[in-house]
Amino acid sequence: MSKAPKQAVLALLLVAGLFGPLLYSRGKRRAEADVARQQAAVDRYGMSLEEVAEASGIHFVHSIPVLDPKLDNIAPMIASMGASVSIVDYDNDGWDDIYVTNSSPGSKNHLYRNLGNGRFVDVAEQLGIADLNKPGTGVCVGAVWADYDNDGYEDLFVYKWGKPELFHNDHGKAFTRVTDRSGLPDWINAGAATWLDYDGDGKLDLFIAGYWPDYVRLESTPTTKIMPNSFEYGNNGGRKWLFRNMGDGTFKDVTREVGLDSTRWTLAVIAADFNNDGMPDLFLANDYGVSQLYINEAGPNGRRFREIGEESRVGHSPKSGMNASVGDVLNSGALSIYVSNISEDGVLVQGNNLWVPQAPGSLRYSNLASAMGIELGGWSFGAQFGDLNNDGFLDLFLVNGYVSGKPDGNYWYDFSEITGGNSSIISDAKNWPAMRGRSLAGFQRKRLWLNGGDGRFFDVSQAVGVTDTHDGRAVALADLENNGSLDVIVANQGGPLMLYRNHVKPGRNWIEFELKGRASNRSAIGAQVRVKWNGQEQLQEVAAASGFAAENQRRLHFGLGEAKAVDRVTIRWPSGRVQTLESPPIDTINPIEEPK
Amino acid sequence: MNTAVARGPGETPTTDGRVGRLSRFFSPNNRYLPPLLITCILLGGQLEFGVLESAGRTLLAIATSMVVEIVLARVVIGKWPHLASAYITGISVGILLRSPFLWPYALCSSLSILSKYVLRWRGRHLWNPSNFGVSSMLFLYPAAVASLSIQWGNSLWPMITVWCIGSIIIYRLKRFHICASYVGTFLLLSWIRSEVTGNPWLSAVAPLTGPMYQLFVFFMITDPPTTVRGWLPQCMVASLVAVAEMGLRLNGVVDAPYYALFLVGPVANAVDLAIGSRRAAPS
Repeated sequence: MSKAPKQAVLALLLVAGLFGPLLYSRGKRRAEADVARQQAAVDRYGMSLEEVAEASGIHFVHSIPVLDPKLDNIAPMIASMGASVSIVDYDNDGWDDIYVTNSSPGSKNHLYRNLGNGRFVDVAEQLGIADLNKPGTGVCVGAVWADYDNDGYEDLFVYKWGKPELFHNDHGKAFTRVTDRSGLPDWINAGAATWLDYDGDGKLDLFIAGYWPDYVRLESTPTTKIMPNSFEYGNNGGRKWLFRNMGDGTFKDVTREVGLDSTRWTLAVIAADFNNDGMPDLFLANDYGVSQLYINEAGPNGRRFREIGEESRVGHSPKSGMNASVGDVLNSGALSIYVSNISEDGVLVQGNNLWVPQAPGSLRYSNLASAMGIELGGWSFGAQFGDLNNDGFLDLFLVNGYVSGKPDGNYWYDFSEITGGNSSIISDAKNWPAMRGRSLAGFQRKRLWLNGGDGRFFDVSQAVGVTDTHDGRAVALADLENNGSLDVIVANQGGPLMLYRNHVKPGRNWIEFELKGRASNRSAIGAQVRVKWNGQEQLQEVAAASGFAAENQRRLHFGLGEAKAVDRVTIRWPSGRVQTLESPPIDTINPIEEPK
Repeated sequence: MNTAVARGPGETPTTDGRVGRLSRFFSPNNRYLPPLLITCILLGGQLEFGVLESAGRTLLAIATSMVVEIVLARVVIGKWPHLASAYITGISVGILLRSPFLWPYALCSSLSILSKYVLRWRGRHLWNPSNFGVSSMLFLYPAAVASLSIQWGNSLWPMITVWCIGSIIIYRLKRFHICASYVGTFLLLSWIRSEVTGNPWLSAVAPLTGPMYQLFVFFMITDPPTTVRGWLPQCMVASLVAVAEMGLRLNGVVDAPYYALFLVGPVANAVDLAIGSRRAAPS
């Protein structure tokens, strides 16, 4: 070939390389949009969501923390957490209630009691669990419920950037503040917390993960050197705490004894049995760094946690972990872990992670988020797995959005400019450019990814009615109407609490289990349930905290598609006892008490 | 080679021979020196901090770059190429590009090498290959790629070490003035930017303390085939890149340095070639 044709071919190759993928992806997007339009009918998805908060009597708008004026330049970024939601049936009336935290000084938390008729009424004030943002005590960040004294009623722990608070549930009639005699410390800048029975003694222990360094007091700080020392290798965050339940209403700090030595910036935790040894392990999603997986092992002096993030691969690549939730997404009898991160076109494309074990019980994970289509959400926070259309496969609801300020003002450039800098620069808030009301990853939409059952998820959020663009933080799933459909409750930072009522296509069957432990903790936290039907099996585990600053309903919900029966249900209780149920009734809530 | 012949008058075969070898190793003619430096930076960053998105992606970028170079050199000029340049391109792409996908690494490397063979004028390619590739990817595929924007670890010492060693090697390669011009101008302009925007000067200067700039300064703006001739013009072009970057930064362009070099580099090269050919033409 002579020179000119060669050059022409090369030029063509260059142009094709430059623009080929662009044309391909545009064509693909058009095709997907067409499919979305064609499938707009609710019947195609098997569900639709209707936002009914106001109509249900829920008029809650979260108010953000107020900080020391020295931090004013980036206050919207720092005060960007505090909206949380947790589900509890606090009075054992069979209807799940909703507890939400508020964060500005003097603002009140709310407990929305489910009246069972689609309406809710706030009872937090009368029960004594509303006024937890008193000046000088820090700000509420989240809440997690569990029956720590096994009296049959769920107790309340509220974690804060401040003084943690523990309330005993007095048979659903009132709550008694028991913080002072519980042995909890005076101050923890907590980013997450959960209940777990780490030593298998039948009493729930409390894990609290620090976020900000322990010395930080955001309401009145003597120094502006409070920021992470790296945006991907930050290790100057808050310490972790594990409190052993002594059984007499007190808790003992055993953190050092069990080997939990992390000082990373933890934003989410989930306790689950990842290696099938019957004991709960801990997964920490850390901001500004790698995730950590602590395996609960027997040691010479009791239980120990060993960190295996790097060898399991979940802690290999540092990102901005903000969510930890688990689900058997492939109906393979194994729990995968979903971690949310940050993705912004052209600035930061971290992608969310779906850590799928290479085999059930295996501690080697592969990130399949991209392959399964659930990688890019935005500046993502909370996420939950649940079968929202009762087709037998777990779907994923993800909330996004960081700071929505002026719609036409964008802080991304300034953010990216400083975050590439050395630790000595970025760790001091006074070096940060002022936000001046601008947005940073604001006005982002939520995602509802339906699981196609073929290893791929597809986003139907807009089509099924999830259109709001508030700054989503926490999301929880609960069957609030006891009708077998999982409703979605979203806590937005500085925005309204949203209740999406789920309308599932008739003919889709389901089964739910409400477990009560005897030898195990009464809340049955840590119990695993395997449901087998139609030749497939799905595993779920009872957890306290799940997602970001959230707790789902205690019950376990399984969608069954059009199957008319369940073959077998196997329950492994935290005590180790295994119980088998043959063909339990479907389309109903099955209350199960641990056999003696 | 006969060492007796190679040795100069009065040189001893021991000390001065070692000095000579060292001198040759650090000479501008040693094409292995830049690849060695960038490999050291990569290995140091990876072993100490695990900086790579994944080693596989970087290897893909390097392999693609070298394969495309070999194929194009054989097809277009019928020769086996020296792979030092392709290696640097691949490794730069592997470090500078951040993407959760694999395809951007292969595509970016391919585009970078292709640009050397296609975008030529008067026998020279105009764009720095990896700058062309990375800029194109950032501009066309923002949903799939971003550039390296984070710090390697928390300590100041790795950064200072890389700057010092890099500066010494670049000095030996007689291109330190380019880096110095760019850095000096950047520092000056960052103060001006700070005054204009009202942002702290340390935030304006922060990017310079990150690893991306180490690669940009040592490997992109100093690339011999795509820099102009002459000490002073080289300094001027480096400063012009910093000026263009300031303009982009003031307009909130996140990947300003890449685009600045993308815009200024080829124009400067074209002017240089035009002036050179005019001088060479018979009067």
